[in-house]
Amino acid sequence: MRLRRVVVTGLGIVSPLGVGHEVVWSNLLASKSGARRVDDFEVGDLPCQIACRIPLGSSEEGKFNPDDWMEPKEQRKVDPFIVFAMAASTQALRDSGFAAKTTEQQERTGVLIGSGIGGIGGINDAAITLKEKGPRRISPFFIPGRLINLASGYVSIEHGLKGPNHSVVTACSTGAHAIGDAARLIALDDADVMVAGGAESPVNRLSLAGFAACRALSTGFNDAPEKGSRPYDKDRDGFVMGEGAGVVVLEEYEHAKARGAHIYAEVVGYGLSGDAHHITAPAEDGNGGYRSMAAALKRAGLQASDIDYINAHGTSTPLGDEIELGAVTRLLGEHAPNVVMSSTKSAVGHLLGAAGAVEAIFSLMAIRDNIAPPTINLDNPSVETAINLAPHKPVEKTIDVALSNSFGFGGTNASLIFSRAD
Amino acid sequence: MSDIEDRVRKIVVEHLNVEADKVTEKASFMDDLGADSLDQVELVMAFEEEFGVEIPDDAAESIQTFGDAVAFLSKATS
Repeated sequence: MRLRRVVVTGLGIVSPLGVGHEVVWSNLLASKSGARRVDDFEVGDLPCQIACRIPLGSSEEGKFNPDDWMEPKEQRKVDPFIVFAMAASTQALRDSGFAAKTTEQQERTGVLIGSGIGGIGGINDAAITLKEKGPRRISPFFIPGRLINLASGYVSIEHGLKGPNHSVVTACSTGAHAIGDAARLIALDDADVMVAGGAESPVNRLSLAGFAACRALSTGFNDAPEKGSRPYDKDRDGFVMGEGAGVVVLEEYEHAKARGAHIYAEVVGYGLSGDAHHITAPAEDGNGGYRSMAAALKRAGLQASDIDYINAHGTSTPLGDEIELGAVTRLLGEHAPNVVMSSTKSAVGHLLGAAGAVEAIFSLMAIRDNIAPPTINLDNPSVETAINLAPHKPVEKTIDVALSNSFGFGGTNASLIFSRAD
Repeated sequence: MSDIEDRVRKIVVEHLNVEADKVTEKASFMDDLGADSLDQVELVMAFEEEFGVEIPDDAAESIQTFGDAVAFLSKATS
């Protein structure tokens, strides 16, 4: 079967560095951090007391006002990840200039937004209600407001999108899988346009306790939150949780050309693999990540030497960063000195199921502006590498091809490759 | 009576995000105030919570308008 070409024509983002891709991008290039001490719930008894938080405020200032994106009556029924998904989707569609107006357009436009842990905050609250007040006090909106695929559901209802309605749940690879799978739906002619990405609202006591129990979170920077996320640095001690959503509008190439849309880049490669090793730890030899990247290159018909920029998974965990770096080094071979690889999680934190989508957007902006965003807090790399890890400051260079990695609990790996469109 | 009306109206306004003056005696939650079947279930739960009463399912089905709710709750709490 012949595959159709797929391009990205719209971007939408809600993140700890702000709302809207231009604002977030400029904060990212200015080496800012979205991390701070958690102060809206009790954290005194938790080993990790920091997270990267969405700045609340007016949309004009690039901050988040949920009322601009979803009616207050509807917000009350859902967990915040759905509100974030609505905000990012509306932005992405506006940015693309596409609206599904005719019946045919509606039926050829779908939604594929995932989340890693969905409405875990609301599930926590409802469990307490059940215990304290009994089953009659459980809201009819409890289930539909927590289900992960309801992000796709709400977005489809808001914008009248009647094509494929789907979702992905692959932990920290969710956002990348969502974009990759959605691109394939277009490539295989199941849709002409897809609204795709990931959303997450994990900053609550239960999630912090759970991820801390996995020994995944940073615990040594409670008094210096902005220093907590430090991928590749020798003092890194775990990831800093983030929150938000990233959504892109994917479109069949001729469809985008015909309406004169601005094209950010083409989705040329998508690779997937499984570690089959451990539920939380990556395989020591980085084989899963390597095969995911190699599969994406194969699909793209490119060589490792074609890669200009890599947005790393790079979560700032002691184990994961070096394993990924090893896999990338093996993939690049002699080309390593020509590549810039950064972890933008150093600035926005780890958005779990939204991470892959937000980082895909950063990769697309890197291609647009020919600039690689920095890895902040990288004071003393724990390993020597020929790859430029963009410590502290962005790196200007020609970027025609960008690869974005996402690896998740369960040993699930996804790599996306974007290429400047002709 | 007016106290009950005020309390019911407040709940309806909050849950359905409608203007208070739209919440008239004959206003139907679903036909006039934009509620769907899930909103209706949640409204009844909110009435139960506010007035400390239990509204059985068959009685809940008969509460279709603001007036129905006020009448039911006036009787249930008298």
